[in-house]
Parts: sequence; structure tokens; C-alpha cells
Amino acid sequence: MSGVRLLVGTVKGAFILESDGTRKKWKVNGPHFTGWEIYHLKGSPADPNRIYCSQTSGWFGQVLQRSNDGGKTWEAPGGGVTMTPQGMPQGESNRFVYDTSSETGKPLTTHQWYDGTQHPWEFKRVWHLEPSLTDPDTAYAGVEDAAIFRTVDGGHTWQELAGLRGHGTGPKWQPGAGGMCLHTIILDPADPNRIFVAISAAGAFRTDDGGKTWKPINQGLRSQYIPDPAAEVGHCVHRIAQHGSKPNVLFMQKHWDVMRSDDAGDHWHEVSGNLPTDFGFVIDVNTNDPETIYVVPIKSDSEHFPLDGRLKVFRSRSGGNEWEPLTKGLPQRNCFVNVLRDSMSVDKLDPCGVYFGTTSGEVYGSADSGNTWTAIVEHLPRVLSVEAQTLS
Amino acid sequence: MIRVVLPFHLRTLAKVDDEVTLDIQGEVTQRSVLDALEAKYPVLRGTIRDHDTAKRRAFIRFFACEEDLSHEPPDAPLPDEVVSGKEPFCVIGAIAGG
Repeated sequence: MSGVRLLVGTVKGAFILESDGTRKKWKVNGPHFTGWEIYHLKGSPADPNRIYCSQTSGWFGQVLQRSNDGGKTWEAPGGGVTMTPQGMPQGESNRFVYDTSSETGKPLTTHQWYDGTQHPWEFKRVWHLEPSLTDPDTAYAGVEDAAIFRTVDGGHTWQELAGLRGHGTGPKWQPGAGGMCLHTIILDPADPNRIFVAISAAGAFRTDDGGKTWKPINQGLRSQYIPDPAAEVGHCVHRIAQHGSKPNVLFMQKHWDVMRSDDAGDHWHEVSGNLPTDFGFVIDVNTNDPETIYVVPIKSDSEHFPLDGRLKVFRSRSGGNEWEPLTKGLPQRNCFVNVLRDSMSVDKLDPCGVYFGTTSGEVYGSADSGNTWTAIVEHLPRVLSVEAQTLS
Repeated sequence: MIRVVLPFHLRTLAKVDDEVTLDIQGEVTQRSVLDALEAKYPVLRGTIRDHDTAKRRAFIRFFACEEDLSHEPPDAPLPDEVVSGKEPFCVIGAIAGG
């Protein structure tokens, strides 16, 4: 029988929630990595038992963890006692070194700092992990300061795809309030050489050659908080999701504005429509009906909580513009939570299951495409990410 | 034999329950202790010192013999009590709360 596994990252550890295909009763496992910030966990589409996990700490830095049994046990790949042929100990899984060689990128070493001066790139943490669609040992990592890395050996070693930082606009990128993070990675199922990424606050970018070269794809975005609202880069993109059957169709939740592209990001147009506020962080797409999309509107960039203290998911069945509030089972008074950018996910069952986590530690789920919601678990630490795995 | 006390999260990461012991050839300094520690527990690389600069991470402190040695040069000899194993070399996560 099919089932669903939810991988939940919080500021105090990871939790794994499991249910059968009915999605009525859930078993809560965890916390794993107690006391550490778990920015993101994600399972391999090619092997659901292979899960990558970003474990980080202001004290101790970045650790990469990996599970080969669906999250029951974990290892830091390369973190065991292994020796080189020369007899030296090795263990490099936690090492993310920016590539500034002239051959593979460009020796780009600075970006814009808060005061407008140029500032060196400094690795801080892994925000997002995106396993390959076909190879369990290949995965991508989106990091702060913004860059993309790839492993092809199951997380032992990571190499930067330096063409992203080196393509020319890097000195104009700048950190948002949460840091300058690369938080979204979409691997195109129709074209293995095409990858989309998004960076706060730089914008969206695309490669069509497997990561060697990149270009900004921000035409049509307008951001009033930057000097040129239609600039090539500088936009605070919060999240991008891809249409399930038309890979050139992308949906974006920007700092303000919900956007849509029908040409792989070359052009964007606004589809905020009748949303009561178009600020927010998450956006996702129904697996069975890819014109059905979900957002969680947040009051404003200054007040990161739902309008009127009522938690509402909004659903559009038309790919944007016409939106309906979904409230059944969600708190409709005194609710002042936020839903962070990596904290919404969908499963692949029919009807589609939709899940999201809040900054006050609830994980809500809907087994009927959003019509009704239940709190799967409450009182977890602040939720940073939610990923759904559909198990056969 | 050098005794090293690790903070809770690093003990968990290294999968050790108590203080760890290290055999060090040559002079016993912060650098030689941490080199030996990372050689024995490679998962700790980058968690105490920066991978590339080998500088102490900002919120890590080194204590021994009731002294804060955090700002001592990495190649300065550690106290005799640490060298003899009478006192441990303590890696501390700096206090922060709220």
C-alpha cells in the first residue's frame, strides 16, 4: 500500500512523519540531530530511502548528513575514519569551498553588502538540498552566501558550479534580511541540462548546459524596494514551483507578487489576482492538476503573519489570478505564525496531499487537495522546511 | 595522553559519550591537539576551526586549568597539567541565550 513520509526540518532538529495512503493517522519520529538547526531534508526520487540532510549551527558550522534507510539511521558521508592511500585521514563532506579558478568560473570574490560596498563571499550554511532525479549519489546544494554546489559521490565531496556566481551580475547581488541564500533548485525533468535556481535577493537564474553557464531570468518582475524596479537582478524571489506537465510553466512567490512564466522564466507576468495580500513565502503545485497552485498569503513584509490572525491557504485552479481561501481545519483567530519558503510540499497521491509547517511548530496536512486541513503534529520547534515523499 | 572535553553537540556528532583521549607526538599545543582530534574524528573538521583558515570558530572557546586560552597563539605550548593528562583541554560552546 502506498504511503507518505514527511521530512520536517526545524530549528531544534529533524522530524519524520509517516502515514499510509489514507493520510489519516501519522507516526512522529524524532527529533533527529537534537538541538541543531535543520534547514532542509530531501529524499532522492531515484531511491526514496536515500535522504540528504543539512545540519547547521551558529557554533559549529555546517554538517551534511545522509540516510540510506529512510531516515532510521544517519551518517556524515566522509565523516567516518577513512584514510587516503598515503595514510592521511580524510573527511570532506562538510566542506563547501567557493571555486574562484579562472578555468571553471571567474575569480569573482565579492558581492554587494548592506552598506553598498563590495563584500567577500563567505560560506555560512546549506539552505536547500535537491537530489538528482535519476542518480541517488548526485545532489545539489543551495548555500549562503549564494552559490550552488554538486556532489556526485553521495555527499562525500561537493564542487561549486561556479558559472552561476561568475556569470557577471554577482557584484550586484545583495543579502536580504535572512541572508544571501540560494534557496530554490528545480531540476527540469524534461531536460537534464536545465536547472532553475532562485536567490534572495538576486532573483531567478537558469542554466541550459548542466550548470556551466547561467543567465538571469527576471524579465517582468517589478520590485519597488530596489532603485530600478525592473532591474535585471536584485529581486527578492521567495520560491519557485514548476508545472507538473508543462516544464516551461513556472510559478513564483516573490517578496511581493505572485508571478507566472510560460516560457521557462524568460518572461514573467503577475497572477496575484484577487489575493488579499500577495506577500508570502511558499508556493506549490497540485501533482494531479498542474494548473492548481497554492500560496499562503502573509500580511506584509513588516508583519510576517496571516491577515487578521486567520491562517488561510489560497488555491487557484486556473494557474493564478482567481484564488479561493481554504480555511476548514485551520485556525481562524489569534494565529500569528509565518510559513517559511521551504515549508510547503505536495505528495503524488490522488487526491493530492498538501502539507505545510509554521514558525510556531505545527505541520498541517490536507489529504483532499486543500479542501480540509488537520494539524498532523503541534508544538514542534519553528519549522524551516517540509518535504513530502510518496512511497509505493 | 591528552584528555579533551567536547561540548554536547560535538560529542553527539563524534558519537562519543565522554571525554576523548589523544596521543600526541611532539609539542602539545592547541594546533597539535586539534589536529589530532580531527584526525581521529574527521566529522569534527570544520566544527571547531574553519576548514580553510584553521581559525577558531567565533562561538568556540578553549579552556584549561581554569584559564581561557582562546586567544593564545595556536602554537603556544599548553599547560603542563594538560600535557600530563591531569587536566583536560576543554572545547566550549560560548554562552548565548534568549
